[in-house]
Amino acid sequence: MTVLEISFYLFSLILVGSATMVVTVKNPVKSALFLVLAFFSAACIWMTLEAEFLAIVLVLVYVGAVMVLFLFVVMMLDIDVARMREGFARYLPVGIVVALVLVIELVLVLSGKFFSLDAMPRPAGHMADYSNTAELGKLLYTDYVFAFEIAGLVLLVAIVAAISLTLRRRPVTKYQSPSQQVRVTKADRLRIISDAQTESERQEDAQ
Amino acid sequence: MIPLSNYLILGAILFAISVVGIFLNRKNLVVILMSIELLLLAANMNFVAFSHYLGDAAGQVFVFFILTVAAAESAIGLAILIIVFRNRMSINVEDLDELKG
Repeated sequence: MTVLEISFYLFSLILVGSATMVVTVKNPVKSALFLVLAFFSAACIWMTLEAEFLAIVLVLVYVGAVMVLFLFVVMMLDIDVARMREGFARYLPVGIVVALVLVIELVLVLSGKFFSLDAMPRPAGHMADYSNTAELGKLLYTDYVFAFEIAGLVLLVAIVAAISLTLRRRPVTKYQSPSQQVRVTKADRLRIISDAQTESERQEDAQ
Repeated sequence: MIPLSNYLILGAILFAISVVGIFLNRKNLVVILMSIELLLLAANMNFVAFSHYLGDAAGQVFVFFILTVAAAESAIGLAILIIVFRNRMSINVEDLDELKG
């Protein structure tokens, strides 16, 4: 066994184990943390496939941003775990049967001769000066530039949607109104009261 | 050497686990969202594996787009989750029966 094979099987084992824990563990916080482990080992497996850029993106974007968001939401909400688990035991046999059927079917299809080493040999690794990031960048900004722009738009829509969905105005909160602040005139703020003291009295005070 | 089928079977197992996750945790909205993330990861695994074995980087570009859409989806999904919790003090799917008729 080469290092590549050992690392592939090790990381797949961790990936499958942590994915199982994600769906079976009782506490949603723990299941989010196991999802982090699953993403991390998936990133390691993508490293063995020489997809370095995507592996780093998975760790940075998924583990660093999306999973932190998940954890934040899960910890913020007060979830009644016991009530959530009601149907768990009842659906477990059906779930296991469906999973087994799915896996067996797909294994039967995929372990045929079409995806074996003879039909699809593993390509030789790239040279040391090969940059996965540069190649992806070239593809993104030439052939897929339109899709890239659309992806940016999708993210913008997601930001606007998420903020506008969760924004709420409470009646008790005090806000500044910049337009009123700008429109303020001297008459609104400054009140000149008549000076009763005459000029001669002021000179007496000064003395 | 690792054949392509091993990577595809790994993706299939991940896919099956996440489908079962949606089955088992059908009352917990958060875990359903996490299962969907796992499901997309299984799809991405296939894309990356084929991209490597066919020597075509276009597959990795598609993974990039799937990651973008999945991030947007989870952000909006969690926002909806927060509103649901704010309105009902619960994220149990069973409580969301407004449209039951």
